[in-house]
This record gives sequence, structure tokens and C-alpha cells, in this order.
Amino acid sequence: MPPTYWSQLLPSGFQKISLELSKVTKVYPGVVALQDVDLSISGGEIVGLIGENGAGKSTLMKVLGGTVSPDGGDIHIDGQHRSALSPAEAGSLGIAFVHQELNPFSNLDVTANVLLGREITSGPLRLLDKRAMEAKVAPILQLLGTRFGPADPVSGLSLADQQLLEIARALSMNARLVILDEPTSSLTLSETERLLSVMRQLRSRGVAVLFISHRLSEVEDVADRVVCLRDGRNAGDLTGSQICKDAMVRMMIGRDVHQFYEKTAHGVATPILSLRGVRTSTFPAASVDLDLHAGEILGVAGLVGAGRTELARAIFGVDALSEGMIRLNGTELKSHSVPEAISAGLSLVPENRKEQGLLLDFPITGNISLPCLKLLSRLGVVDRERETALAKDSQARLAIKTSSVFQTAAELSGGNQQKVVLAKWLATNPKVIIFDEPTRGIDVGAKAEVYHLLQALAREGVGILMISSDMEEVIGVSDRVAVMRRGHVTGILNSDELTEENILRLAVG
Amino acid sequence: MQKKDIGLALLVLAVGSVVALINPRFLSPINLANTANLIGLFGLFSLAEAFVIVTAGIELSVGSLIALLGVLFVDLIVVQGVPWPIAALIVLACGAIFGTIHGWLITRLQLQPFIVTLCGLLIYRGVARFYTKDGTAGFSFGDDFPVLEWLISGRTGGVPHSIIAFSIIAVIAWFVLHRTVFGRHLFAVGKNEEAARFTGINTRRVIVLAYVICAVLTGLSAIFFAMYTRSIHPASHGNFYELYAIAAAVLGGFSLRGGEGSVVGVVLGVILLQVLQNLVNLLGIPSSLNFAVMGSVILIGVIADTQITKHRNSRRQAAALATIKGATPQPQSLPE
Repeated sequence: MPPTYWSQLLPSGFQKISLELSKVTKVYPGVVALQDVDLSISGGEIVGLIGENGAGKSTLMKVLGGTVSPDGGDIHIDGQHRSALSPAEAGSLGIAFVHQELNPFSNLDVTANVLLGREITSGPLRLLDKRAMEAKVAPILQLLGTRFGPADPVSGLSLADQQLLEIARALSMNARLVILDEPTSSLTLSETERLLSVMRQLRSRGVAVLFISHRLSEVEDVADRVVCLRDGRNAGDLTGSQICKDAMVRMMIGRDVHQFYEKTAHGVATPILSLRGVRTSTFPAASVDLDLHAGEILGVAGLVGAGRTELARAIFGVDALSEGMIRLNGTELKSHSVPEAISAGLSLVPENRKEQGLLLDFPITGNISLPCLKLLSRLGVVDRERETALAKDSQARLAIKTSSVFQTAAELSGGNQQKVVLAKWLATNPKVIIFDEPTRGIDVGAKAEVYHLLQALAREGVGILMISSDMEEVIGVSDRVAVMRRGHVTGILNSDELTEENILRLAVG
Repeated sequence: MQKKDIGLALLVLAVGSVVALINPRFLSPINLANTANLIGLFGLFSLAEAFVIVTAGIELSVGSLIALLGVLFVDLIVVQGVPWPIAALIVLACGAIFGTIHGWLITRLQLQPFIVTLCGLLIYRGVARFYTKDGTAGFSFGDDFPVLEWLISGRTGGVPHSIIAFSIIAVIAWFVLHRTVFGRHLFAVGKNEEAARFTGINTRRVIVLAYVICAVLTGLSAIFFAMYTRSIHPASHGNFYELYAIAAAVLGGFSLRGGEGSVVGVVLGVILLQVLQNLVNLLGIPSSLNFAVMGSVILIGVIADTQITKHRNSRRQAAALATIKGATPQPQSLPE
């Protein structure tokens, strides 16, 4: 990378940031999000911020971004004391965010997104000066090595590219501290590598990077220092060679995790779900044949965009099936609608639990009862006692952490939300459950619980189809793994053939 | 009853008491009966609108449908000589058909509810005017439908039948919305249609049914209005009623984003709007200010609601902060 780009980016007066939070406290109704949390970071280092979901990472980030003002504690930036920041102050101090959920303006082009709110204008009418704007954005993109240019539309960018777009935006603001919130959770391996190398470049130029991630191997890879939060408090720091996965897991959950993945050999009997010549509308050229047996966990691996989610949606009847036969528990699905799939004994725990899995504003009771309301009602009238009883049973069975089953789903942590999604399907007594990224964005402790539940379900004879981009998870949990590429199943690996290398070979092809 | 509903009930009582204090005629049997009659008439189509709003939709053709179906009803029994029970069934069936068309356009052709029903508003109004050649449809002097008139615009023990009908339908609507599977599905679809679909709810069917229920109730309301006014001038009959219905629903806690609201709220909203109307009449406020008064009260109500919610949240937070700071937990000053 030619150094001129950096010198353009970093103005001569660039001063490394030095930021220190001490005893920061933030309380929400019913929840202590942060209690006496300390964190320091300065220019030229990458600090990993880890912790289970609900540990307070997001709140701490919002304090830095100025969108949440703490109820107590001090903030020192470049030696100056403040009790709180406003978003505008955070911006002018050079604190920039790359959020977990990216929301670029897909109706605007790359340049407009990068410079949104800081457009360059010219002339008495203050018209947009497109040329000057693109001239400012182009070197930043070059620096980041993006495959897209300043005039490209944002609507076509992949998730990984959108992330680079956010980083470009941060750099265009002369960021001194870049905060990345779970940036790699939906990236492929090579995209992740690229992002990590961008982070290292930022560090070498004196920018401070705060990296929040559940992917501990990446944290281990890239961080100089690790700060761990647990239940809204500091749970320890690690520096340099101390940083290893085991140590981080220990800090996060406060205990040793011995057997993270438990695996029991499941009896492979008759197929409970069979796909023959199934074609989805996204990949009409690819025809899928697949058998899932009762009591089996069949992993579905592949790169992002390999057609795994599309296949799941088509099986479940959310999207139209262009062709093919689906047989579930001996009966052929005819109408390919969700109600038919559910009554045949199929469930889908979708990829995006906040948009597709749950009604966030509904209470836990209403979420769990929704697919089986008819069973809980007489003459169309809901029996609310049975509904509450079902929710309480589920809460006990899945250990859902909540003060009351009448709390809304929005108030739960990611892991507990996922349990509510699972609970609502278990109430329909499914024969086959499709999990699409079952542990995305949930913390280590909750992950272990989800794996435990998967195994328990399989032991009860439920067939499980588990789509996952987490290689370790696929290998650790599955009995067999089907690998997909561009809509095709390129291979099925048995348990003795399950290695990262084998999966990648089939996924990349 | 939700907290919001209690607040609204208190507001109704407060406004009512003020009017009664200033002008005792407010409580006279004649005035109460008249107001009750209007509450019944306007309440029917406001309940109708609520079914659509809860799905995050909107129905703008309510007023025009009241004109068109009213004209149709009068024409059927007066000019065509159709027996009134059959005419009433035809009107309700037409409502069902219009509702189905709206629902079909919205769910199958993916048109926006605002646009579909805006076109309905224009089309039905135009057709109603054309149908009567822009004249007035009404009952002439000799026409006599004693049973129908007693049933629709009569009174029992001084209580207008319109408010009795409204009460019965409000109870049914409450039950349907708040206690049945279908009602739950309405709320779910309104809150998050995608999640509802992923849960196996036939979202299209739910939405179409909401529009059908709305239009059938509007048809019923059209019959009540036809018998109330006895002559229908299709250019103005039912003008702005859809906005009135939306106002009542919003006052009653329905969110235009869908998935929120209660039948008790709409009923109280309708009552409040009628009491306000009555206030304008009884207090000698120029009737030209009618809409201005209504608009102001709705605005104040909505502002008060958001402010109270905000205040409640910040108080909860302060209490939570006090507990973790080790201080003895502060006693809650007021029950939440």
C-alpha cells in the first residue's frame, strides 16, 4: 500500500487518541447494563472486547458513541475529563463505528454513503460537487483494497463490502478510534482475513481499534490486549501472549468449559426428510437430493450465498419451490406452504431471529403459543391459562432466563431469544427442525446450551438440519455434513471425513 | 383494561363533567339519547376501521362506501321494491365483495393499502353520484317500513337502537380481537408480517379478512346512516368519516404501524369525539370550529400519552439506579 494514501488520510496534525473510561455505570429499567467498568485504549493498538451477550459490550460502545449517557463514572479523552459524550462530540473526537447490523442507504451510491452528512458542495447554490466527493473517497477505497469503486451503487454490495464501506466512512472522518461490533459474524474466511489485515493497517498508522467479537480465534489473531466483561462488570484483561482461547472463554463464562461439543452417535434409521430434485427459484439450475434420518444432525456447510438459506426457506414453504419432491415422515408435501409444513412436523428456526423468528413486542407467552394457538383454543377462543402454562413449561425446560413469561421478547438476550424461538417450535411437536445459523450473535455460554439442546432433540429422534457458517460448529455438532455451492450439494461428508479442509474443498470447488 | 384505556376514560369523564357543569342540559335525557345515537352510528364504522389499522393497513373508502351502499339500500327498497331484509343482505354482501377486492389488491398485487383505498374513496363516491344522477336518494312521504325503522332508528326505553347495536358489536369485536386465535393473528401480522409468515400464519388470508370485516361493518353502518338521515345526498353523505374513524382508533391507542390497540380504546375514542362535538354545540362555540376542537384534543392526547410513557420509563430507571447504588430501595411513589 503506497504510503501517500495514508498521508492524505491522516492530516499532519494527527494525534493518537488516548481514551480512558473509569467506573462507568449505566442502569436501565430492571437491568444494570454496566457497573463500574474500566476501559482504556490508545492509538496504535487493537483491543478485543469480549463477553457474553448481555455482558454490557453494546452499552459500553454506545457510551463511547455518545448515544447513551452513563449514570456514573468518568471519561478521559486526551487528558480531558468528561462525564458524558454527545454523538457530535464523539464524532469530532474521532470516534467512529462499524455497526453489527449495517444499514447503508441502498438507494445511494458508495460516495454518497461514505460522505453522508459531510457532503462537499460548491458554488453559490451549494450544489453537490460529485467530482470532489469522489476524489476524496477514491483513495480511501484504494487503500482498503475494495473491489467496488466510488460511483458503484450500494445495493449490490455483499455484506463484507458493506463493512468495508463503513470503515471507509470512518476513515473519511479522520477516525482516531474505530469500533467494530461483531464485524466478522457473517463474513467468509477470506473476507474475514481481509478485514483483519485492514485492522492491522489501521493500527500501524496510529489508529486505535476496538474489536468486539464472539469469534475468539480472530480476537486471538489480531488483538494486542483483551478486555472481558461479564454481567456488566470487568471480568479481567489479557495482554500479548496471555491471549488464548481457553483463557478468554474462562473469563467470559467464569468457569472452565471442558467438553464444549458433546457428540453421541445417533442411530441412523429411516429417512425422515427426503428431498428429490428440489430446485429453488434462486438457483433454478441446481437440483438437490438429500436425506435426513431420524435422530441425526445433518450439518449444511458452504460459503455465504451458497443457497443454503434459500433451500431451507423452500423446504419450509416460505418461498415458492420451482420443482421437486419433499417427503416428510412418509407423506409428500403437496401445497408447499408453511402451515402444511408445520402440520407435517417441520420447523424452521430462521437465520434472522429478530425479524423472522420472533415478534419482539409480543410477550414470551404470545411468541411461544403462536404456531400452536389452535391447539390451545376452543372454538377459536384462546385458553390463556393453557397458553401461560405452556410458556412456563418451556421456560423451565429450556432454562429461559427471564423474570416473567409476560416480558416481551425484545427484553431478552440473544441466547434467550433463540430459546424462545426454539420453544415455540417444540410446542408443535416437530419431527424435523431446520436450524439456520442457530448460534449467530449469541454468546459462548448460550452456544453450549444450544448444542446441548440439539443433541437432546436428536436423541429423542428429531431429525435436525443445521445450516451454519461456523466451521468449528458444523464439525463439532454434526453427524454428517452436506456441503453446498451455488445451490448444488457438492458432497456429503461422513463423521470420519469431517475436516475443515474437506469442507472447504467442496465449498470452494 | 390497559393503562392507556383508563387514562382515556378519565379524559372522557373530565370533559363530560366540565360540559355538564357549564351547561346542565348536557345531562338531559334528550341530549344524552341524541349523543348516544351518534356514538352508535359513528362507532360502528370506527370499529370497522380498527380491524384494518391493527394489521398496519388503512381503509380510506369508509365514507364513500357509506354513501354508495346507503344509496344502494334506499334504491333497493324504495324504487326496486326489494324486501328490506334481502336488501340489507345485499348491502352487506356488496360490502364483503368490496372488502375482498381491497384485500386481494393489497395482498396479491402488493399494492399499498393507502393507494388501494384512496382509489376506492374516489371510485365509490363517483359511482354513488352517478347512480342517483347526482340527485338525492331518500324516502318519499308515503313510504312506510315500520319494522325496519323501529329496528334501526327506533328506541327501547329511551335507548337508541344504534347504540345497542354498537354495544353488541363492540363486545363481539373485543372478543374477536383480544381473545380468539384470529385476533392474535391480526396483531401478529400487524406487528411483523414476515415473522408471522415464518410462524405458519396465512398472512394473506388474515389481511383479506380484516378488509372484509371492515367493509361489512361499514355496510351495516351505511344502513344505519341511511335510516338516520332518511335522505342521502351522495356528494356529501359520509364525507370525512374515514378520517373520523382513524381519529377514534388513534385516540384509542391504535398505532398506524400496526399491531397495537384495544377495542375498549376505540369505543372510548368514539365517545370522546362525540362528547367534544356535543361540547361545541352546547357551549355555543361556533360550529365552524368543530374540526379544530377535535384536532386539538387528539393532538394533546397523543402528546400527553408519549410524555407520560417517557416519564414513567425515566422514573423506573431512577429507581433501578438507586437500588444498585446500595441505597435502600426507594419506595415507589405511585403504583405503576
